[in-house]
Amino acid sequence: MTDHVTEPVLSVDDLTVSFPSEQGRVTAVRGLSYRVSPGEVLGIVGESGSGKSVSSMAVMGLLPPQAKVTGSIRFQGRELLGRSDVELSQIRGRRISMIFQDPLSALTPVYTVGDQVAEALLVHGAQSRQAASARAVELLDLVGIPGAARRAKSFPHEFSGGMRQRVVIAMAIANDPDLIIADEPTTALDVTVQAQVLAVLATAREVTGAGIVLITHDLGVVAGLADRVQVMYAGRTVETAPVDEIFYHPRMPYTRGLLASIPRLDTGPRQPLIPIEGQPPSLVSLGPGCPFAPRCLLVIDHCLTTEPDLAPVSDTQRSACHRSGEAAPPAPLVSGVECYNTVSHSRVVLRVEHLVRHYPVRKGAILRRQVGTVRAVDDISFELREQETLGLVGESGCGKTSALMEILNLAAPAHGRIEVLGTDVSALDRRRRMQLRRDLQVVFQDPIASLDPRLPVFDVLAEPLRAHGVATTEIRRQVPELLRMVGLRPEHAGRYPAEFSGGQRQRIGIARALALEPKVLVLDEPVSALDVSIQAGVLNLLSELQTRLGLALLFVAHDLAVVRHIADRVAVMYLGKIVEIGPINAVYTGPQHPYTQALLSAIPIPDPAKERARERILLTGDLPSPADVPSGCRFRTRCLRYAALTPGLQSRCEQEEPAREQRGEDGHESACHYATAHAVL
Amino acid sequence: MSASITDPHSTAASPGSPAQPLIEGRSGRGRLVLRRFLRHRLSVIGLVCIVALYALAFLGPLFTPWGYAEQDPTAYLSPPSAQHWFGTSQIGEDVFAQTLRGLQKSLTIGLLVGIISTTIAAVVGTAAGYFGGWVDRALMWVVDLLLVIPAFLIIAILSPAFRGKTWLILVVLLAAFSWMITARIVRGLTLSLREREFVLAARFTGVPPWRIIVRHILPNMASILIIDATITVGTAILTETGLSFFGFGVQPPDVSLGTLIANGTNSALTFPWLFLFSGGLLVLTVLSVNSVGDGLRDALDPTSARGSRRRSGD
Repeated sequence: MTDHVTEPVLSVDDLTVSFPSEQGRVTAVRGLSYRVSPGEVLGIVGESGSGKSVSSMAVMGLLPPQAKVTGSIRFQGRELLGRSDVELSQIRGRRISMIFQDPLSALTPVYTVGDQVAEALLVHGAQSRQAASARAVELLDLVGIPGAARRAKSFPHEFSGGMRQRVVIAMAIANDPDLIIADEPTTALDVTVQAQVLAVLATAREVTGAGIVLITHDLGVVAGLADRVQVMYAGRTVETAPVDEIFYHPRMPYTRGLLASIPRLDTGPRQPLIPIEGQPPSLVSLGPGCPFAPRCLLVIDHCLTTEPDLAPVSDTQRSACHRSGEAAPPAPLVSGVECYNTVSHSRVVLRVEHLVRHYPVRKGAILRRQVGTVRAVDDISFELREQETLGLVGESGCGKTSALMEILNLAAPAHGRIEVLGTDVSALDRRRRMQLRRDLQVVFQDPIASLDPRLPVFDVLAEPLRAHGVATTEIRRQVPELLRMVGLRPEHAGRYPAEFSGGQRQRIGIARALALEPKVLVLDEPVSALDVSIQAGVLNLLSELQTRLGLALLFVAHDLAVVRHIADRVAVMYLGKIVEIGPINAVYTGPQHPYTQALLSAIPIPDPAKERARERILLTGDLPSPADVPSGCRFRTRCLRYAALTPGLQSRCEQEEPAREQRGEDGHESACHYATAHAVL
Repeated sequence: MSASITDPHSTAASPGSPAQPLIEGRSGRGRLVLRRFLRHRLSVIGLVCIVALYALAFLGPLFTPWGYAEQDPTAYLSPPSAQHWFGTSQIGEDVFAQTLRGLQKSLTIGLLVGIISTTIAAVVGTAAGYFGGWVDRALMWVVDLLLVIPAFLIIAILSPAFRGKTWLILVVLLAAFSWMITARIVRGLTLSLREREFVLAARFTGVPPWRIIVRHILPNMASILIIDATITVGTAILTETGLSFFGFGVQPPDVSLGTLIANGTNSALTFPWLFLFSGGLLVLTVLSVNSVGDGLRDALDPTSARGSRRRSGD
């Protein structure tokens, strides 16, 4: 793997970056050192605010002018710090290139992608314009854009997110760089697309032989691609080692905590996660001790007074912990929350039958004629029982959120039937609908957008109670109770949402949803905007509340690992249809629908050995537009099983839409003409 | 003291009038906003100034023997003296009495027009944006119509009907022609706020639409409403002068700050007392209203919290 003899492409020594802020100077990076050898993939892992992006921006020389940077950044033996922007531009884009997180804003909307890739070549003194264009097409082909010559003339908005990220990668490798910095390259993408892009990134390394710095918060991504991993916390490296060591023999308690807090696809359901308690420290005024000490379970007095240095624990592994020299303590670092669930197959609290939600597409300014239909939700049926958790998973644009909104509206759907607690919602009058709202509550994805920034927490929590005519004295009694229930302090009631961290805000959102003691809680991606260590705490809270309050949860997510952790049953959606539904274990261990199989195989597992040995089902192409769904089976355009069929058998997929049929035990149903169970984990 | 603050507070706070129903006394937000407002020193001074101006306007005339329409044949254009504190005009009117009389009118006109026009804008804009559909179309049709019809034309047509009636009609007319652009802006903001998750959350909890508008949508656009209201206060006082040309509103011998300023401008350099006092009071009024508006905006905006706290900590 790592060749220690060769000179590193990049060596960063004692890098410190600080910014002025309202509260004082924020030291975002504190004495960071690392090296990247040619052809090596260094994974930098850390939560938001750990300084991982800032340090890579420092390497690129892209920090704002008010940032103070000290230390040394040497690229191929040449010092980069202190060089002018003009000098750096000679290196940037040619010798070092960068892949940003958001492929939407990384491309200029007014130029064709071919021109943009060609520009990267021309700027760095490439040949003629024609040669550059020809090379651009080659590069686009290399990163797997079908019909590259034709697509090079398209504009960025005509590409999907995954395709755009491929274009960005094509630009990054255009000049055969020696170092590629990829800052969260797949965070904005769906899992099946993420798998494709990671594969392209691996190709890019082979083609260019460049060293890659892969910055991510997702330990699974690192496990599959990186050779060496560096874990960052509060602006410093706390542990660095070859990828296997990090995953199998972590020494630093923070690394261990991170590994324990991620929901994994390869464990059984309903395993309690072990969250890291507390919040990352503020980087404005750090005390003398180890910054992780307040959250650490192995803390000793020494930790509170002296910050540990990054010290070698073996030939290849270095760790910043006073206790890393000691033998690894036994596994359970914390007593996780016990979350078990006895699903009593009791009454159905939410029943959805043949629900349809179509949006008309109109054209024309005066005569708005309908030119098409977006089939956001197209005939879905499922039921949710008391105290049960149903996970609804699928990629973005598959209609999960549309289905939720349709349920939450409590109005008669265009087609089909929605029953909440045995009541058909289409037959509700205003008063009954209001009563039913008490029993059906929602938690949204974005903890920032879902709380009114101008409303103090007390009023946020009091609002549903007031709307349902609860007396003021009763509200005053209940609000502190609600705060305690979600693990916040009652004195937080007088603060505005902006004063809380993301995880705390999500807890406030959950408290608001629970204020009316609902029976059904609908969660729309409740943890996808949170850091892993925080996410675990919120998931545990949800499990615990469910057991305590007897809630039924409808849990919408794109992350199958999270769903495996929390759900009893799972429904997989593709283009407005449920393609597979069943008990969590049955679906995860023996998925029948080819889409479910592809989805499961695309999710990275934070275990390097398993990750390398895994069979990957890489889907080709992107999700078709819901305004123009394929005939017959909707998945056939991307289906590998369809592709392997003989033309005679294929015609059935083209003409006949597969119905959902029970093919396993306990109501494991799938909608595929040629369904066969195939374990992918 | 506290009584004199809380009473005018209700009038002075009203530049952000839409936010006012929220101050429900005991509610968490009400108390918090009040506390944060009182922490803002400059805005409390502004509030005291407005109270003082009102007191001056209505109590001041008690201390001078001259009436605003009375003429002193012994003093034409005399500079400020013990007899005439602010001097006299060309025909011997006491400028102090006139200025106070003008201040009474102009303060009320300015504040009322500011409040009324912003309230109309807020109500129409949020209703159009939030409910959409035919409500939106109908309201926006009215807005567009009022925008293209020249206000002076309508006033010229209407003026015979109102001749000799109370000057408060002026307030209504001024307000009626100054809310449309703000309403359009408010509608646009509402359209984007309506889709935000916290509004959805409130809707799915069963909070009725008008309450969502008052509790969630208006406070989130409070800044622009407050700025709009404070600007309108100043412009209304001056626009009133223009309307008076049409033989409308404040007619001689009655005066307003606007007419005093208009008459005094010509002799601002030669006989400065004709212009200076009325002009100075106008500036003071607008400044006070602005600082109250600033304080209210900061009090409602949690992100400015640190700033205001630090300032008071100095």
